[in-house]
Parts: sequence; C-alpha cells; structure tokens
Amino acid sequence: MTSNTGATTIETLSEQAALIAPKGRSLWKDAYCRLKKDRLAIICFFIIIFYALVALLTKIGVFASSWEDAVGPAYQPPSFDSIQLLFGTDIFGRSVFYKVIHGTRIAMSVGLVSSVISIPIGVLLGSMSGYFGRWVDDIVVWFYTTLSSIPNIMLLIAITFVLGKGITSIYIALGATAWVGLARVIRGEFMKHKERDYVVAAEGIGASNVSRIFKHILPNVSHFIIINLSIQFMAAIKAEVILSFLGLGVQGQPSWGVMIDDAKLELARGVWWQLAGATVAMFFVVLAFNILGDSLRDALDPKIK
Amino acid sequence: MFEYIVRKLLQTIPTIFGVALIIFILFNLVGGDPTYQMLGKHANQKQIQELRHEYGFDQPKYIQFVQYLKQIVTFDFGRSYATKQPIGKMILRGIGPSLTLAIPAFLLTTFLSVIIGLFVSYFRGTFTDKSVVVACVFGMSLPMLAYILFGQYFLAYKLGWFPISGFEVTFPERFEYVMLPILIWVSVSVGYDVRFYRTAILEEVGQDYVRTARAKGLSEPRVFMKHVLKNSMVPILTNLVIEIPMLILGSFLLESFFGIPGLGSITIDAIHNSDFPIIKAMTTLQALLFIFGNLATDILYTVVDPRVRLK
Repeated sequence: MTSNTGATTIETLSEQAALIAPKGRSLWKDAYCRLKKDRLAIICFFIIIFYALVALLTKIGVFASSWEDAVGPAYQPPSFDSIQLLFGTDIFGRSVFYKVIHGTRIAMSVGLVSSVISIPIGVLLGSMSGYFGRWVDDIVVWFYTTLSSIPNIMLLIAITFVLGKGITSIYIALGATAWVGLARVIRGEFMKHKERDYVVAAEGIGASNVSRIFKHILPNVSHFIIINLSIQFMAAIKAEVILSFLGLGVQGQPSWGVMIDDAKLELARGVWWQLAGATVAMFFVVLAFNILGDSLRDALDPKIK
Repeated sequence: MFEYIVRKLLQTIPTIFGVALIIFILFNLVGGDPTYQMLGKHANQKQIQELRHEYGFDQPKYIQFVQYLKQIVTFDFGRSYATKQPIGKMILRGIGPSLTLAIPAFLLTTFLSVIIGLFVSYFRGTFTDKSVVVACVFGMSLPMLAYILFGQYFLAYKLGWFPISGFEVTFPERFEYVMLPILIWVSVSVGYDVRFYRTAILEEVGQDYVRTARAKGLSEPRVFMKHVLKNSMVPILTNLVIEIPMLILGSFLLESFFGIPGLGSITIDAIHNSDFPIIKAMTTLQALLFIFGNLATDILYTVVDPRVRLK
C-alpha cells in the first residue's frame, strides 16, 4: 500500500476486504474458492488421497498382501521386468516395491490414528481452558507447558521405550503428545471469541456453556483443526520413521523406518534401492503435506492476508 | 527487572515439578519394574532382589519420587545398568564431543539462514524468492536419515572426502571427523530456518516505520540493513536462544552414525541396551535445559525489546 492519505488507505482496505471476502460467502466457501485456484495445492491434495487409497487397499488386502514371499534372488537390482521387481529385492529376495507399499499403510495409519487420538484431546482441553479461564486454564496450561518442556523426540522415545516396542506404542506416544500445538491455538482463539458479541448474544438467549463452546464458538475456530491436521499428519509420519529406525517402532513388518534401518548395512554392498524406495515414498507424501499445509493456512487463516 | 527475573524463576518451579512427575509416572509407574527386563530370563531371585535394592524399587513409590527429585537437584542419576559408570560423569564426558559438532553447525546454519533470509525477503515475490522457498520445502521434506546415509555413503565412502566415522580427542584432529556431520546438519536445518527468518523479516517489511524510512529517502538496501534487520532481530533471537540449550544434546542420529561419543550416542546406546536409568536421566536433562532456555529467552526479550512490558 503506497497511498499517502488516510482516507484512501481506508478505501483501498475496504476494497481489498471486499475482494477477499465477497458478501455472503462463508470462510469455508471462500477458502474453497481460493484453494481451487491453487493448482499446486490441488496436486498435493490428490497425492495425499492417492497415498491414502494405497494404504486402504493394502489394509484390505488388495495390494502387496504377499510381501513376505520371495520373488527373486537376494539383492536383485531394480528392473522393469515385472512390477514386483520395480525396486529390486531385499536380503530375503522379497519385493522392495511391496515393502514400500506396506510401509505406506503403516505411515498413513500412524498419521490417522495419532490424529484421531490427539485432536479431540487438543480441542477439548484448548477450548475448556480458553473458555473457562481461571483455574481450568491454569491446570491445562501447566499440563501442556510441562509436556512441551520435554523435547518431543525424547518424550516419544521414553513412552515407546516404557510401553514396549510395537506400533501400538507409537500410536499412543504420538496421540498423547501431539495435541499440545492444537490446544495452544484453540485456547488462544477461544479467549478472543468468548468476548465477542455473538457469544454474548448466545448467552443472552440462554445458551448453556456447553452449547456456547461447541455450537457457537467451535465452528468459528474449526479451521485451525484442519490446518493443524496436515502438519500433525506429517510430523507423525516422520516420527514413525525415526522410532522404527531406532528399533522402538514397528516390529516384524516393513515400514519406511525399518527399511532405512536395513539399508544402513546394505549401502556398503552397493544395495541402494531399499533406501531409495523408502526415501522417495516418504519424500512425496511429506512434501505434499508441507505444501498443502501452507496453502491451507493461507486460505483459511484470515490473519495472513 | 530483578523482580521480573525472580518471578520468572519461581514460575519454572511448577514446570520442573510437572516434568519430574511425568517422567516419574512414565518410568516408575507405567514402566513397572524393569529389573526383569534388565536381567533377562535366567535371573535368580537373589539377583533380582539386589538389583531392586540398588535402584530403590523395593521402596514405596512416594519415597522413590522423593529420591528422584533429589537426583535432579544433586545431578546424581545413579549408575548406568550396562556400563556401571555413574551417569552424571558419562553426561559430563559426552558434552564435549556433542558441542564439537553442535556449535560450529549451529553458527554456520544461523549465519547462512539469516543471510539467505534477508536476501530472499529483499527480492520478495520474485522468481529468486520463490525458487529458494521451493528449495527449502524440498529440503525439509527429505528425511534426515536419507541425508546421513547418502552423505556417509557417497561423500565419505565412495569419494573419500571425509572420514566415514570416528572421533579423536585431541583438538585440531577432532574437527576432521565432525566436518561431514556439520555439513549434513547445516543442509538439514537451513531450510527450516530460512523459511522462519523470511517470514519474520517480511512481517517487519510491512510496518509503518519502513514506509517512513523510505519516505525520508533512504535507499532500499539501507532500509533493510539498518531498520528491518534490527527489528526482525527479536523473533530471530528468540528462535536462536531456544535452540542453544538443545545444542548440548547434539543430534543423536548424526552422533550415532558418525561414531561421535556425545550425549546422542549415549542415548542411542542406552535405547539398544534397555538401559533405563540413562534414558530417564537424559529425558530429565533435556527437559531442564529446555526450561532454562525458555527462561533465558524471556529475560533476553525484555533486554532486546523494551516494548515487552514487565507485567
């Protein structure tokens, strides 16, 4: 804005406001229109859908159900002869391609389950602390300050170490720690919203606390959940890889972390395809979440415009 | 000011207590009795009794908790199960190697990211800016493990530019061993930092004082170096001070891969050996460092930015 006089600034501001949110359009519709024009975000969205579909179809046994069977000699380099040999074979002659697909299932399920656990916790604690304030706020803030004081990876290591190895421990560890960021944001938004006119009006017509929290305020801050979801999903995928790599995660079945751990010893023999397969698979989904997360924030968070 | 510092110090007490409580609940209540895990299947009753006594598991839980609090205050976390060494000493010995890797890596990352951050915000919206941001997102999306394995395999093993792994206690020699880990550290973290600093700097570019500076005829580079950089120092410093206490921990993946005997390697070895006293001590130590790092940030804030009111 280069205009000098105050009047024109206000005019341009309101013109811009009109451009940003045309009359009668909700935040969601507005965000949808904005995202629709963002080609990159759409591509990323479909990449994630693709991964989710692969994970789902693997789960119900359409893909890679026979990942345990040998499809060729040990350490056969990648070839285009058949789809199983696309990424070569591992030490037992198993298809690395199938293992990558199976790893996709693990990664997506870790993201999904940890979000399903942590989002309700984050929303509930964040909204209660922001809405009620006082001692409720003190306790919730104390709780999440404490949790976030322990460096996340160390806390994850400690929880999975204590609960025992395995994918369930990863679900619990991620679910129990990942809600902090969301709770912080939701708390801040509730503190702002509870003073607004529409909430006061709701109180005036006799809306109870529960109804004010869930029916009135929550829909107005729910876009933060979506923004948080994409970041959290990605963080969960990354955490699973590191934990499985450390031997604290998935046992007895392939995941990207386990594959990278195997590759550590294979590289010296020139066997690079297991590392490449897992890394490439992880790279695209993390990249897609990164870009989509940014686009969602730009489209949904009215502050950054 | 003094009053503010004292109040901030007092505020850390409930947090430290909370951290101690969570770690205690995790290791001593949820985790149950680790002696069976530590001794294996063929332990006899006497061994179990002795070990339980040594680590205090035969005492009531509340006494165990008081003892744990005492451990935190005296920095005496008992002995490692695997190596039988006092954990406090192991930690002190590990700090040196960790810092040899972490300090140069941190300084280099900060220097590069601030420079690149300033550069891309100066050219905001142009092709250069966009390609740097895209490169950052690409770099962030690659797992650190891939950087490490690739670096170790190609740069060290294939090309022989760096030692594959190892460490030397004597001084100039030890830097030879940390060069590649530093390079990997910088490449992994520069993407995050550039994006963060770019946002911080761009937020300042929109401020009124920038317009004033331009209006009085300052050249664009001067506006940037003199006004924008100075004002964006607050978020940049905050980010840095939070990272500093974490430096002692180093990067456990890098240390473990390159055989640097720092705190990271100690932690990874402890995970592989189920050496629970070390994991507990490390978790506690890192949490304490984080809390005091935050405290330092809060205090520094009031020094750097007088606008932060001392409420």
